[in-house]
Amino acid sequence: MIASTKPSALEMDAIAARHPHLLQSSTARRRRTALIGIGVVLYLAFSWWFFSIGHVLANANWGIAGTYLADWVSYEVRPEIAVAPDGTMAVSYQRNSPLGRNPNPEWLALEKRTVARTVEAPAAAQEAPKPKTSSSFNFMTPKAALGGGEAAAGQKIGAARTEQAVTRAVVTYDRSTRLEVADRLVTAIHGGETLTMTVDGADTVTPQTPLPSWAVQKRPGEKVMLSFGFTGWAEVTGDEVSIRNRFFGWANFLFDTNSPFFGKSYGEVARLILSGDRIDPARPNLSLAWDNILYNAEWQHLDVWTKLLQTIVMAFVGTVFASCIAFPLCFLAARNITPSRMTNQLVKRFFDFLRSVDMFIWALFFTRAFGPGPLAGISAIFFTDTGTLGKLYSEALENIDDKQREGVKSVGAPSIAVQRFGVLPQVLPVFASQALYFWESNTRSATIIGAVGAGGIGLKLWEAMRTNSDWENVAYMVLLILMVVFVFDSISNACRSRLMGRSGD
Amino acid sequence: MATSVLSQRLSENGALIERHWQELNARRRLYTCLGLAALALALFGSLWFANDSNAGKFLVRLPHFFDFVGDLMPREPMEIGRALFDLPSPYDDGSFKYNYPEGRLYVTEGLYIPEYFHKMLETVNIAIFSTLIGAFFGFILCFLAARNLTPSAWVRGPVRRIMEILRAFPEVVIAGFFLAILSLGPIPAIAAVSIHTIGALGKLFFEVVENADMKPEEGLRAVGASWIERVWFGIVPQVLPNFTSYFLLRLEINVRASTIIGAVGGGGIGELLRLSIGQGHQAKTLAIVLLLFATIFAVDQFSAWLRRRLVGDQAFQLAQ
Repeated sequence: MIASTKPSALEMDAIAARHPHLLQSSTARRRRTALIGIGVVLYLAFSWWFFSIGHVLANANWGIAGTYLADWVSYEVRPEIAVAPDGTMAVSYQRNSPLGRNPNPEWLALEKRTVARTVEAPAAAQEAPKPKTSSSFNFMTPKAALGGGEAAAGQKIGAARTEQAVTRAVVTYDRSTRLEVADRLVTAIHGGETLTMTVDGADTVTPQTPLPSWAVQKRPGEKVMLSFGFTGWAEVTGDEVSIRNRFFGWANFLFDTNSPFFGKSYGEVARLILSGDRIDPARPNLSLAWDNILYNAEWQHLDVWTKLLQTIVMAFVGTVFASCIAFPLCFLAARNITPSRMTNQLVKRFFDFLRSVDMFIWALFFTRAFGPGPLAGISAIFFTDTGTLGKLYSEALENIDDKQREGVKSVGAPSIAVQRFGVLPQVLPVFASQALYFWESNTRSATIIGAVGAGGIGLKLWEAMRTNSDWENVAYMVLLILMVVFVFDSISNACRSRLMGRSGD
Repeated sequence: MATSVLSQRLSENGALIERHWQELNARRRLYTCLGLAALALALFGSLWFANDSNAGKFLVRLPHFFDFVGDLMPREPMEIGRALFDLPSPYDDGSFKYNYPEGRLYVTEGLYIPEYFHKMLETVNIAIFSTLIGAFFGFILCFLAARNLTPSAWVRGPVRRIMEILRAFPEVVIAGFFLAILSLGPIPAIAAVSIHTIGALGKLFFEVVENADMKPEEGLRAVGASWIERVWFGIVPQVLPNFTSYFLLRLEINVRASTIIGAVGGGGIGELLRLSIGQGHQAKTLAIVLLLFATIFAVDQFSAWLRRRLVGDQAFQLAQ
């Protein structure tokens, strides 16, 4: 029987020929699709022009983008080798060098010799490292010594004396990259190619060999830029070789350079904490170490954690309060619970108002009221989410099954009992699930509210980014935020799927 | 009668059942009480912490709660209109506060677009543009993340993780990073919003795809269609209405998001609002707030109407 109703191929073609409109989409439909497509393309072209995207992308500083991205997971050590006209050298480090006050890294080999020379202050004026954090080599050079204190007396301008000076410096970036400075001759080796330059100790650099692709000199005699990729770069000027050596990782993540635990291996630190003599007689080493970690000047762990906790608290308290207020109000807004159209509309428009004046506007206003801090964030989330949750709750109420209510009503229960036993059991899981969902989503949005001053980690993130040099701190905070969001995601997902039965939403 | 029923001694089995029921009830009540107590404890702890680490203390600042109303009161109601449409003000004293025509953007000699409308247009454009970009990439990724179309966990897992990270990555950081490279302008905001949108829409999309009816796909597979053909002709027509609905929902959210991103340096109306509040320009602030309110409201209503037309009454669903 069934087989007989199946049309033969010939018959199917005949049917297709008789009713072509069934098998082809109508022209109007096709035209509409094409129109939408053309509209989108035109709109994209318009936006390209409106935002002048091509222009901006062409003028962007993409070279810096690479450096900033590398800063997320690595750090630079920046020794500067100052070359005097007589070929002697002095090495100084950046302020707040991650290597601490007395850097003597293995990758920078120095050969020293005692030389007699007449010191003139102006000759060394360019190399003006910050005296406070200058390296141990630095007090050999007059300029640094002027601020150095201990040796200042013996170094009057123009006085002749003997001193120890660096005569040869070898910087090893990695296996194939090396830079050597000796006797006013700079030799760079990278990827099998060698570049030799002479510097005159004043302002001229002269390459002795043709420049390889990784070296750039804009005009003869001017500085030469050497870029070695991720491992670092160097800049050679007439009187100075600036080294930028990049290392993978976050420098001094636990102890900053002022900490007594700085530069010690984990084993040494553990030994100090467990059995070492007290470094600070007033307290045990463990509490000193913990204190040093919390108040690490570079990473500011305690501050970051406090701000992160503020963000979490903002989302939590804001959502709890919002659902507490939205809960009674939504009964007034639901058509089937409160029969008065006036009240329904009034409460619903109130919800719309709270929602449409955005969280961001509320945040700005409440920052004025409470001053910067989490209270402003809590209030902003509270106001916006009262609107959103109220709207969702009242929609859930309007969709309930009426039979249970009728059942409770039919036995003569008072209105309150009807709501409690006829309505609440149906909607409470939905309410809780939606509150959880918003808690989770607010944890994310609280970050961004913070950036306009409403407390939390947002502002700290924003400040770290504005300096353009603390990208590793940004990476650290982003990592913490991602962890928090994922943890809360899974907590809220687990709670929600338990509440709602098998399906997760 | 009732007393005789109550006084009836239960059988051993009956007593067991009753005891069990009472135990269950007691345990349930205990759990509820413990849960509520924990919640209350967490709430009070949080409040104390929030208050403690705030710049102003709650009780001290509470009388100032509605101070912002003062920030919104212009010298006379007409000032709002003047600020909104860049008309000269009678109070103009050369200061920035009352200098409304300053920001006019002239299209022709006599015709201009008021500054706030121009900026609002920019913000809305950022939202639309980045929602389009996000939807495009989300569309491509979602089929790779759906269990029914990509059986290989080696593809599905990474795609889902990528979408999760894109979704959870703080928008401020993306905006700030591009701000450092591209200098001021709307493009950092576009990048931030669209990257977040890829993750958010991708997730919603693949959940729709996983709930799609697989029969058309099976039919296509039976006649030897390739993976792309199966997706394009078997799945896409089914899910397109829902995709569009989610697209519109996301558009609503993105209008708000691009306003906020604007305030932290992405240009558009958000920045003007932040500056205006900070400098205490009442009429300007109120004009911007009204414009923003109207725009968000209009976008919400329009998208709700369109969604209802597309997918019927189940139109309002959660999305982030």
